[in-house]
Amino acid sequence: MKFGIVTFPGSNCDYDAYRAVVDSLGEAAVYLWHKNHDLQGSDVVILPGGFSYGDYLRAGAIARFSPVMHEVAEHARRGGPVLGICNGFQIACEAGLLPGALLRNESLRFVSAPIAVRVENANTLFTSGYADGQRIVLPIAHGDGRFTADDATLDEIEGSGRIVFRYVDDAGEATAAGNPNGSSRNIAGIINDGGNVIGMMPHPERALDRLLGSDDGLALFESMLARVAA
Amino acid sequence: MTVFRVGVHITPRRGLLDPQGKAVEGALHSLGFPGVSDVHVGRYVVIETRAADAGAAADSVRGMCERLLANPVTEDFEIETAAPT
Repeated sequence: MKFGIVTFPGSNCDYDAYRAVVDSLGEAAVYLWHKNHDLQGSDVVILPGGFSYGDYLRAGAIARFSPVMHEVAEHARRGGPVLGICNGFQIACEAGLLPGALLRNESLRFVSAPIAVRVENANTLFTSGYADGQRIVLPIAHGDGRFTADDATLDEIEGSGRIVFRYVDDAGEATAAGNPNGSSRNIAGIINDGGNVIGMMPHPERALDRLLGSDDGLALFESMLARVAA
Repeated sequence: MTVFRVGVHITPRRGLLDPQGKAVEGALHSLGFPGVSDVHVGRYVVIETRAADAGAAADSVRGMCERLLANPVTEDFEIETAAPT
């Protein structure tokens, strides 16, 4: 299975994603330069974290018009899996691959910390390796992570099981205390209607080794491997 | 074709939490402007564009706002009258 990792000017987690795929999963990965109209036969596309185009205008607003995004959108339309992490989530929202938008953290502070999220839907391409309700710890590192959408959209994604991860407190509850950025309904990650495009602010690719704090991100990559290869 | 200068104000949608506006409001209060309320911080973009007339210039900028300059989910925009440069 081949993972294509898009490198935008300002991406800084593309290498982490590459190592996650190659070292932790033992699968093939290629970097996809944002200017090329070519996914190089990738089965899965990863939109990595970073600060594409310096977050100018809005996070993800300019990257969404990079040439490669045309192919990424086509891939998504065909049902191909797309994993948007952090800036990748912002880009996916700007591109209309996912609903809503990511706004400045309520605290106005950049937050870089391991945080707890709860798996709200373990029946997706990306989460089948987890259990429903499982509390996992993943790092976040962002200044613009406050997921926002109108109430009708929030009701729709919630009602259809498309909230995949929620920020939770120490007791595993989705409270304000457990919400690091003021995200609507404590949303940390959502999936599209087709179930093939996920966007999440936490970084599973940085949580693959207990020596580095957590290996809770591994199951996400293994889930994709199990389902896409099947 | 004439070159027009068009300004556009982009502001966070009313009703959405605007922490930046709130922070500025708090700072203004502590600076001794107690009458200040409902502060919002947006951005102002100035564009020069060639167009047949002012209406066409504004239409063109509206398209730019809808596609790139403003986020339809979270922001509103207001286009100023286009002026020939």
